[in-house]
Amino acid sequence: MNRSGPLLVGCAAGFSGDRVDAAEPVVDTLIARGVAAGFGACLIFETLAERTLAIAQLRRREDPAAGHEPLLDAMLRPVLARCLAHGVRIVGNFGAANPRAAAAQIVALARELGAPAPRVAVIEGDDLSGEPFRALLRQHLGAELDAHEIVSANAYLGGDVIAAALRAGADVVVAGRVADPSLAVGPALAHFGWRDDDWDRVARATMTGHLLECGAQVTGGYFADPGYKDVPGLHEVGFPIARIDADGDCEIFKADGTGGRVDRHTVTEQLLYEVHDPAAYLTPDVTADITAASLAETGADRVRLTGVRGHPRPESLKVNVYFEGGWLAEGEISYAGPGAESRARLAADVLRRRLDGIRLRADLIGVQSLFADDDGRLLARLPPGDARDVRLRVAAADDDRARADRVLHEVTALYTCGPAGGGGVRTSLRRRLMTRSCLVPRDAVRPRFEFVA
Amino acid sequence: MNGAGNDSVAVPLRRLAHGRTGDKGNRANVSVIAWHAEFFPLLVAQVTEERVAALFAHRRPSRVVRYLLPALNAMNFVLDDVLDGGVNDSLNLDAHGKSLAFFVLDLPMRVPVFLVPRLAGPPPAAGPPPH
Repeated sequence: MNRSGPLLVGCAAGFSGDRVDAAEPVVDTLIARGVAAGFGACLIFETLAERTLAIAQLRRREDPAAGHEPLLDAMLRPVLARCLAHGVRIVGNFGAANPRAAAAQIVALARELGAPAPRVAVIEGDDLSGEPFRALLRQHLGAELDAHEIVSANAYLGGDVIAAALRAGADVVVAGRVADPSLAVGPALAHFGWRDDDWDRVARATMTGHLLECGAQVTGGYFADPGYKDVPGLHEVGFPIARIDADGDCEIFKADGTGGRVDRHTVTEQLLYEVHDPAAYLTPDVTADITAASLAETGADRVRLTGVRGHPRPESLKVNVYFEGGWLAEGEISYAGPGAESRARLAADVLRRRLDGIRLRADLIGVQSLFADDDGRLLARLPPGDARDVRLRVAAADDDRARADRVLHEVTALYTCGPAGGGGVRTSLRRRLMTRSCLVPRDAVRPRFEFVA
Repeated sequence: MNGAGNDSVAVPLRRLAHGRTGDKGNRANVSVIAWHAEFFPLLVAQVTEERVAALFAHRRPSRVVRYLLPALNAMNFVLDDVLDGGVNDSLNLDAHGKSLAFFVLDLPMRVPVFLVPRLAGPPPAAGPPPH
């Protein structure tokens, strides 16, 4: 493999629960356009949204062998043997709260598939939920830390430790919490041999990773708006691949033979997704600056990103801490036909009177719901109308399970005691998680990798 | 100044621009991306921090900042404390606020008549002429 030649990085998952048939066309394309041309090739999986890790930690509490990505087998089974055979490295944060369990599953899967035994590295050091870190977290979060039970506490690690594992010969790198773009930064650092303070190049790889990290969100997924933004073949939308060159600039395209769309518009939406100050996109690896970035359409479904600049990385690392947060009670009932909206509004009023003292959010689905606020200010501004198909949805949060249960019972009782014609009651009670973030000094966290047997 | 001049028509922002919402904690960002470079000055003139803050008044933003990215014909709004606590705390069905870009894209805009053929989407249904 030519280290000054390009590196192709494909993404096969943008969140836990993404399509498991995404990887195969990506791997086919990585092999045909990357490996066959002598380029480096890497496949990444991003499966950890902010709260996913806390949920994984709760699963691990109940089963010590769990806590990693539940779809890991379904995601890797179609492609693992081919990746190993063709030298396509795999990097994922699918280790979640239990990277070692994920690694063991990957080793076992390779054996079952008759593939050569892979060298699997696990990344650790992100988990700060243990006793040794309690004083550190208390210093940054104060007394609140002791007021609730901690579910998880994880620092966002960077791409340097992923690069170290790849340089040491890992075929598969299993991480827990790493910054999403670092999944691409690590392979780029390892492939090109950049210094990790080569800020411009690291920033370019970071924004490449940022474009890839949400899977199809850059290739026409989460974009379609019929008549305004049409996307061909959305039902078979292809996942993205970036060709990174030795200067870190990239071209984004998608897996061959798939649906979707890659143009200036799909890429701009994703470039700005979850970005705040465009002069300072902060990751553990770098401070990326896209104020001078530009995009050029270089071919069909192909866009080139240039002009990204980098500045020194932050001195601290972000930590997300999750606490147990009581209960979320939700209930819904529908009304249709003449007077439906009036009947739904009356039902909401009945619930408020019955549940006095409980902070209740009410939505009139079909009239107004998503844009509204928890305190009902927007809904209060809306004059009553005559919508004919309305679903009332109420939600309440409470530390006390019995009070949360009352919400469910009162919604159910609308069947016989509420307005006329209500149907389709559904209720649910779920555990809630509370979160706080803080910044800790970089040297308080010790990222490391280890090969598993 | 709306940048549209006297000979203009009213259309929703969605015909000039597209966008996407992102969330981190209790902070949302909404991108507004012009379909064509010639629409960008209209966005700069009319989709202001003040207007977006007023649109979100019911969510009590503590701060609204607009960043301009002229090389991308785009702007990025950052709205602090508008997600009722964010994905873990909000009681909203859409706790991430993912739908909010379409709240912004419904803002009324004034567009000079000569740019009307460049607008995205189907022409508005026949009705009384805009004034």
